[in-house]
Amino acid sequence: MTSKINNIFGALAAITACLLPTGAFAEAGKAVEWQLGMQDSVTPVMDDIVSFHNMLLVIITLITVFVLGLLLTVIFKFNAKSNPVPSKTTHNTLIEVLWTVIPVLILVVIAVPSFRLLYKQRDIPAADMTIKVIGNPQWNWTYEYPDLGLNDDKTPKVTFTSYLKPKEQADLDGQPYLLSTDMPVLVPVNKVVKLIVTSDPEGIIHGWAVPSFGMQMDAIPGRLNEDWFKVTKTGIYYGECYSLCGKYHSQMPIEVWAVDDSTLAKWADMIKTSPKPEDMQIFLRSIKPAAPAVASN
Amino acid sequence: MAMAYAVKDDHAHDDHSHDPTGWRRYVYSTNHKDIGTMYLWFAIMAGVLGGFLSVLMRMELQQPGIQIFHGLAQMVYSLPDPATVTDPAKKLAYEQGLLDNGMQMYNVFVTAHGLIMIFFMVMPAMIGGFGNWFVPLMIGAPDMAFPRMNNISFWLLIPAFLLLMLSMFAEGPSGMYGVGGGWTIYPPLSSTAGTPGPAMDFAILSIHLAGASSILGAINFITTIFNMRAPGMTLHKMPLFVWSVLVTVFLLLLSLPVLAGAITMLLTDRNFGTSFFVPSKGGDPLLFQHLFWFFGHPEVYILILPGFGIISQVISTFSKKPVFGYLGMAYAMVAIGVVGFVVWAHHMYTVGLDADTQAYFVAATMIIAVPTGVKIFSWIATMWGGSIDFRAPMYWAIGFIFLFTVGGVTGVVLANAGVDRTLHHTYYVVAHFHYVLSLGAVFAIFAGWYYWFPKITGYMYSERIAKLHFWVTFIGVNIVFFPQHFLGLAGMPRRYADYPAAYEGWNRVSSYGSYISAVGVLIFLYGMVSAYLKKVKAPDNPWGVGATTLEWTLSSPPPFHQFSTLPVIK
Repeated sequence: MTSKINNIFGALAAITACLLPTGAFAEAGKAVEWQLGMQDSVTPVMDDIVSFHNMLLVIITLITVFVLGLLLTVIFKFNAKSNPVPSKTTHNTLIEVLWTVIPVLILVVIAVPSFRLLYKQRDIPAADMTIKVIGNPQWNWTYEYPDLGLNDDKTPKVTFTSYLKPKEQADLDGQPYLLSTDMPVLVPVNKVVKLIVTSDPEGIIHGWAVPSFGMQMDAIPGRLNEDWFKVTKTGIYYGECYSLCGKYHSQMPIEVWAVDDSTLAKWADMIKTSPKPEDMQIFLRSIKPAAPAVASN
Repeated sequence: MAMAYAVKDDHAHDDHSHDPTGWRRYVYSTNHKDIGTMYLWFAIMAGVLGGFLSVLMRMELQQPGIQIFHGLAQMVYSLPDPATVTDPAKKLAYEQGLLDNGMQMYNVFVTAHGLIMIFFMVMPAMIGGFGNWFVPLMIGAPDMAFPRMNNISFWLLIPAFLLLMLSMFAEGPSGMYGVGGGWTIYPPLSSTAGTPGPAMDFAILSIHLAGASSILGAINFITTIFNMRAPGMTLHKMPLFVWSVLVTVFLLLLSLPVLAGAITMLLTDRNFGTSFFVPSKGGDPLLFQHLFWFFGHPEVYILILPGFGIISQVISTFSKKPVFGYLGMAYAMVAIGVVGFVVWAHHMYTVGLDADTQAYFVAATMIIAVPTGVKIFSWIATMWGGSIDFRAPMYWAIGFIFLFTVGGVTGVVLANAGVDRTLHHTYYVVAHFHYVLSLGAVFAIFAGWYYWFPKITGYMYSERIAKLHFWVTFIGVNIVFFPQHFLGLAGMPRRYADYPAAYEGWNRVSSYGSYISAVGVLIFLYGMVSAYLKKVKAPDNPWGVGATTLEWTLSSPPPFHQFSTLPVIK
């Protein structure tokens, strides 16, 4: 039933979008110029966010158009010229009850999918892989993969810090500046990845978010926040720091590559050999996933 | 609300020559109208400055890359010019230093713009300005309950504002200037970890003073409204503007002490070795966020509620009809005020709260849409069947209703934690709160400005200029903020000095809109100056039969002291 309603709302939203002059186009992984809506989804959670938002968009558009219609009616019908003698009506119990009860009903209709989505996001399923993300005071992210082997001192063997890719290098690699990093975060495709997000204990708050995953979690010193995603398509997905963290707030990007298991294993082995940075870059080019196709919806 | 009144002679007892003149009239003022006027001047000055900061930010964001702020930082902070440095290694370092200072300065502007517009523009204009002027007049009181406290309320704002200005030029992060933590000043960024310099301490003291000023004002308004109503002016006969101020000042009285507590803890964390917000010493940064938003959410209603009151007066006056559903309107504001206290964590959906906590805040937040809807529909019902005069204040009021609705419905979207997961910290939020504040509260202020300008000054404004002001502003602000919805949906984070190239298009449009809005401000100032120069005498009641509240029974401008014989409300 709800999915049917969602389909109807989705269709309405699609129609609305088509009527807009520039059309609603989007990609997964990053924004495109003149984009009107959300980035395309590559996780089950984001699928639900998109369809729920489509429903909300229809509801709020209808409400706004309704209010605008009432205002225009009032302007044209009840101006001093058309209606020289004002009425004295100040009460109408029926209409006052209606404009209280109908909004409540609309809110109930919104609340049902809203709570379902919320619990889907926050009830974290059994993880296939856990990654720890640490926001650093010097505006970069450290990633730790405890599932890919531990050193003798129990620190994860696969640990690295990823930095903003400088503009010249990003242009050379054909990657978007302020989104691409020197060391992408590799995650297995079609697997539940649990993130433990935190920040340097002496540092400041950052926010780890990738729009196409429908995931955002603040990285707060002294707290371990859990979140999860399951990427359903191989590809490159970009995110940024979302929580104001000082002068380089706009310069601590996130670049996630969703890859198959064998690529991930090769990559882990490569990192464990502590390669020179230039060798690592050559290796990364050899396993780089194709850019996600422009979706048709 | 229909109100019958009988005003007895209110101008015959002018006390001879007791009225102070010259600078003493203002600096020593205990007169609610003079203090109100000073608040309005102050708000205009702060608003122009806060708006100037926002235009510079929009200039920066017109294109990706750092466009103007490195130059601005060099100019304002007298940093060395890399062009004069010959050593190539040093030159590079200097250039990077300029960029760093520029990006920090951008954050300082974000912070100052927010704090100025909230504490030094909207609140002084609505509560200090219109509240001081018209609460006593509308309830038939000779003045505020505590006239001297009224004076200190205003004069505390000046040092508060100066401290905030000072903080922009004091050291913040090591080697750089100002507070760049946003108006929310979350630690650890605002604590020694992020901003070790004294800039933050100046900002904290500034907020403390502004808060003290508002608390004193709140006490004054509560006492005045409860004790100084004219005979027959029962609570349920009070004009809705007075109701709105009453609810607002209760929110101030209850929420500001919480902010004061939070920033005092921040101050001692910074200076006296306490660790309320330091995780490595048993504190928690999230404690600050809870305390801040326990104040911060009521604060956003503090900014809009007096606007609701102004809009009710304007709509009723120009529709020549009493407000539809008066009691519902009054108690909708009370409901918004009460529920507004228990929704604070909807600003914190991404900090890691568990699902049940978030679910509660989703439900509580969405409930606020109901009384807000009652208000919107009651305004429209007030106009329905009316005989509307489209004077300038009515333009602003109708503009308010539409824009506030747009901002309101995106608020319903953001109330849902599930969607906010991806929209939080993006430009969608910026668009939302500017629709309710920059386009809502500010439109209400301009509605009130043109509505009461004849009463305050005794001069008529130019209808033509006021309407031009409206149209330019209406078009300008919509071009600024509507595209920001698209940017937010596409994932552009807020508080970014530089952004990925894909966001350039809508940012450029948004920047153009801000230049149009700036022209609107110039038209506003021109209209004000020309009204003072032309001196077209305003009648006591320029608005006709619809203007039923007590201020229209007095001369324009009202006598220095009014209602020495109290009016009797039948």
